[in-house]
Amino acid sequence: MSATAFLLVTSLLKILGIVFVVILPMVSYSVYAERRVSALIQDRLGPNRVGPAGLFQPIADAMKFILKEDFTPAHVNKFYYWLAPCLAMVPAIMTIAVVPFGSTLFGVPMVIADINVGVLYVFAIASLGVYGIVIAGWSSNSKYPFLGGVRASSQMISYELSLGLAVIPIFLLVGQLRLTSIVRYQIENGWMIAPFLGDPTNVWKWLLTIPMFISFVVFTIAIFAETNRLPFDLPEAEQELAGGYHTEYSSMKFALFFLGEYAAMITGSAIIVTLFFGAWHLPLPWWDHPHGFHWLLIDGSLGGWRGILGGLFNIFVFFAKVAALLLIFIWVRWTLPRFRYDQLMRLGWVFFFEIALVNIFIAALIVAYMPK
Amino acid sequence: MAITVRRPNLSWSERAYLPAILSGMAITLRHLKNMLAGRTKVTMQYPEQKWDSYLPEHYRGAPALVKDERDRVRCVACQLCEFICPPRAIKIVPGEIPLGERFAKVEKYPEEFDIDMIRCIYCGMCEEVCPEQAIFLRKDYAITGLTRADMVHNKEKLIEIGGVMHGLVLKWNEQK
Amino acid sequence: MSPVFFWLASALMLLFGAAVIMNRNPIASALSLVVSFLGLAALFMSLDAFFIGIIQVLVYAGAVMVLFLFIIMLLDLRAEERRKINLVAFAGGVAVAVIFFGQLCLVIGHLRQAKQSFPALPLNHPDDVRSVGLLLFGNYNLPFQIIAVLILVATIGVIVLSKRELR
Repeated sequence: MSATAFLLVTSLLKILGIVFVVILPMVSYSVYAERRVSALIQDRLGPNRVGPAGLFQPIADAMKFILKEDFTPAHVNKFYYWLAPCLAMVPAIMTIAVVPFGSTLFGVPMVIADINVGVLYVFAIASLGVYGIVIAGWSSNSKYPFLGGVRASSQMISYELSLGLAVIPIFLLVGQLRLTSIVRYQIENGWMIAPFLGDPTNVWKWLLTIPMFISFVVFTIAIFAETNRLPFDLPEAEQELAGGYHTEYSSMKFALFFLGEYAAMITGSAIIVTLFFGAWHLPLPWWDHPHGFHWLLIDGSLGGWRGILGGLFNIFVFFAKVAALLLIFIWVRWTLPRFRYDQLMRLGWVFFFEIALVNIFIAALIVAYMPK
Repeated sequence: MAITVRRPNLSWSERAYLPAILSGMAITLRHLKNMLAGRTKVTMQYPEQKWDSYLPEHYRGAPALVKDERDRVRCVACQLCEFICPPRAIKIVPGEIPLGERFAKVEKYPEEFDIDMIRCIYCGMCEEVCPEQAIFLRKDYAITGLTRADMVHNKEKLIEIGGVMHGLVLKWNEQK
Repeated sequence: MSPVFFWLASALMLLFGAAVIMNRNPIASALSLVVSFLGLAALFMSLDAFFIGIIQVLVYAGAVMVLFLFIIMLLDLRAEERRKINLVAFAGGVAVAVIFFGQLCLVIGHLRQAKQSFPALPLNHPDDVRSVGLLLFGNYNLPFQIIAVLILVATIGVIVLSKRELR
């Protein structure tokens, strides 16, 4: 097999695997988790009827969505009304292409496209995700969806700035935008959320923790706003806008918006994990005779079954971290009330933008004076 | 009249949102933990656990015709319940008890007694108005059917639901 | 990069570029412009300029056009859709475009450099983020700083103007 054909086949396998085996089941089960966790938080039980502990609930939900009448109201702008759900779903899935979700498996790097502008690609595609919402709101041709669409566009623009500025300290430190390089850096020097882990005796690393933590907080909050999750779910705002941009949608078209939102949540968590929590990296405490206690790095570089096991372990670690972050997303959603629109704008422009900007200067100062 | 609401003066930590957010998240986490540990009392799991044994005596379920200890259906087809029924759910066809029967002096009995459970509102007026203590609201609450005809309880069904009730006034005793 | 890709991306760009001015509906025009930008970004990427391509998507398709849509959505579109095509203006516009195209062909035909093919790009992928950065902050540092100050002044100006409107 030639190198090009090998690349094509492995890429195709990776795309199919990641989309159909990982992302889509993860989306449906995060919906299930959302319902169960919200119920537990509110002293209820949640869906527990379909299958053991309600585990087949997502299948029942999917059947319901498929079998429902796909109603197109007479007053909508047909072409854009049909286009919008696709535009909401596609960018959310496309973003995962550059995320390194594992080390290597059978010698193939577990990232679909390792481009040198990794994070910028994520931001660019995520920023296109707003078109689905805006077009849905506009083409529905009625008040509430329209308000939802307008809110989505202004919210997205406000928070994209802090999103972009929040990660600049990481680039200052790593010197590259490529996500695999950022992961490599974290393996060698400690995770970005806690840079001191790599070298606990170094005061500079402890100092570096301050800007890194600030950028983690700003980035996470901006991801919340980008994915329209509560406390920033103003485009949907069930109580005041009756569902917002997807008020006029039903059946599978509504389901696509729904799934798009959760897929965006998963890719957002994947980006946070990659940038701040060392992606697939999880050192295990190890003890063997001549070396004594040390941290063992597991990846797919070993030969034989150990390499395969290591590669699978890394993929598992990555998605376990993503799942943990998803639980935090859900937890936050069922705790906080929604921000008012002016509060949202004020928060984005007056606080996060400035905090991220000042944070860059702090990080730059530390990086400039830090001994190599 | 316009009322000016005084905004509370928030301290620095309150305005920074994050401490309040964290304490809120601690509250929800506590609820989650209590649920997982099984310390929170939750709703009854309906089809498996039923509240039948907790139902009070005065519970208003499906209306039904009762028998007394002597196995007599007590209804005398006076049709008072049919007239009082607010949604007009009851339909009675009275018949005559032939001479020579044990309770011939009662004269009338219901030949047909239908209650349309789609219309019934479980108000209990039939029970209240009945001069014979013949119709009672029992504890059946899960009345289902696949067709409209299924939802009409006929006389047999009503007697079946009603069952035997003890301690009623035996007004048609032979001794009297 | 394969020439098929080039033709595909440029056809996409030109087609939707034409759709921008042909559409009567401003929203459709704006969306066509977005697709046209995406085609342009694809062309940049086929030249290994990933950074510029991505910035094209991020800034123009992702931010500027969202703002455009935001404004257009608040307009009354029915009036625009009802408007009849002014035939004289249409003919004039076509004539100007044709003349411009002819002139362009003429100039390119006379230019000696346009006739020779470009040298092939080096095969090793350059780190274009670093090169763009070096160029901006090395060779063109002064113009870059001046532009930054200019934009800052413009931003402050907008704030001052909008505040005055309120009073």
